Amino acid sequence: MRIITAITALLSAGAITAGAVHADPVEDTLVINGEIEMTTRTEPSDAVEGKLPELISGWHFRGSETRAMQADDFDNSGMIFVENAMDDWYTPTGDAGNSCASCHDDPADSMKGVRAVYPKWNEDADEVRTLEMQVNACRTENMEAEPLGYTSTQLTSMVALISSVSRGMPVDVATDGPVSDMWEKGEELYYTRTGQLELSCANCHEDNYGRMIRADHLSQGHINGFPVYRLKNSKLNSVHARFKGCVRDTRAETFAPGSPEFVALELYVASRGNGLSVEGPSVRN
Amino acid sequence: MAENVRPRVKAPRQASAGETVTIKTLISHPMESGQRKDSDGNTIPRSIIHRFTCEFNGEMVVDVTMEPAISTNPYFEFEAVVPEAGDFKFTWYDDDGDVYEDTQSVAMA
Amino acid sequence: MTMTRRNVMVMGAGAFVALGLPMQASAAAEDAISEFTGGADVASEGVTLTAPEIAENGNTVPIEIDAPGAEAVLILAMGNPTPGVAQFNFGPLAASQSASTRIRLAGTQDVVAVARMKDGSFAQASSNIKVTIGGCGG
Repeated sequence: MRIITAITALLSAGAITAGAVHADPVEDTLVINGEIEMTTRTEPSDAVEGKLPELISGWHFRGSETRAMQADDFDNSGMIFVENAMDDWYTPTGDAGNSCASCHDDPADSMKGVRAVYPKWNEDADEVRTLEMQVNACRTENMEAEPLGYTSTQLTSMVALISSVSRGMPVDVATDGPVSDMWEKGEELYYTRTGQLELSCANCHEDNYGRMIRADHLSQGHINGFPVYRLKNSKLNSVHARFKGCVRDTRAETFAPGSPEFVALELYVASRGNGLSVEGPSVRN
Repeated sequence: MAENVRPRVKAPRQASAGETVTIKTLISHPMESGQRKDSDGNTIPRSIIHRFTCEFNGEMVVDVTMEPAISTNPYFEFEAVVPEAGDFKFTWYDDDGDVYEDTQSVAMA
Repeated sequence: MTMTRRNVMVMGAGAFVALGLPMQASAAAEDAISEFTGGADVASEGVTLTAPEIAENGNTVPIEIDAPGAEAVLILAMGNPTPGVAQFNFGPLAASQSASTRIRLAGTQDVVAVARMKDGSFAQASSNIKVTIGGCGG
């Protein structure tokens, strides 16, 4: 509530676009465990051609201690959740008596490259799927198990596991072909002002990245780092959970995690980050 | 009974006699501070890990008294001397009476 | 309404005015120091406290203490509802009397580290850590 009042005041005073403090993203390179070299700055993706001069990972907008936490798998508390998911991976569940490993063996091999291309089109299901949707589909159809809650810790941890083995690989989400309708819908959502504060995603993340919104350092809003271990709540956060929070903060009626609107938005936002390395699980504020 | 509490330790597997090694420890635990309120306005009672110890072959390296101001998923980094081959033993004591342990063996290089 | 002053401040120059109003050291915090030192003199050199000037988030603030020759180091968050943070007791196999951890701070305040040396003397270091209110955290 109080944050919103301040932002309204800011906007009406024009302070957010004029004379607000600007802090450049930090010059630094990210190498995880001294091994995985990450691309955290790169040329604009097709989706942002002409709109952003370059792609910058959210990592550059955080303080030095936070950035250091992500550089080591031990310091990165998001990896605890990956370890928990690893246990789940090898635990049979559901009436078919299978575990993920029964079909997929070692995730380091079978899941390499997967996170980088999601959300994507699923031919058999005739729909765009996010990783969460695909994991749950595997559970219900192949394992005869119950689906997990869309933003539940257990599912987010599994997505983090699948993401972790693709770290360093460039995000490469398709935007044409069968997904193009969804992609365009996502683009429209991104640029549509909503809520009492009449803000669109672009107002902050495209027009004002690098500026301070009160004490937060605005990033370009990419999702290559998801799921994210946030210092704020000391746990992993999924893309849709974060979208929901952002929409709520503009005092708009938010969509539900797993909804077609958020799937479309995730597809579009992911494509904006095409070229940045998959970082999930990353560490942010 | 705290759920899903999982200790993690980073310690070298081998060292030379008398070598200084860096130890990192992490344990997943909510560290409920006793300051938060639930949606009905009732205070959620404190439930934290209040003590962490590290020993090597029975001798103390560090003994930490922990208060609610230690963050969720308590993290410690410190240095130990390894006089001989043996075991690091890590112990975390929970308010609710649970004790979590982890052991790491170190061989002589 | 409590936000009025903040509104005016925020319309001014930007991020740093969005700090929480600093939290004063509580009496309990001062007592905790006296209890640890028994009222003895405290030197200003001998323990180093490394902490960020501005905490990215008050929920998880990384800090480090280093007190060569200390038996124990007490860490207090002088403005927290309860000031105690941790006490590190170093044993014979501690290679150095240093340690890092992550703490929670309720607002901008001083964090204090008091070391009890093996010879019975005391040393203290203090760091003021700014804890911001954040922006559109979601």
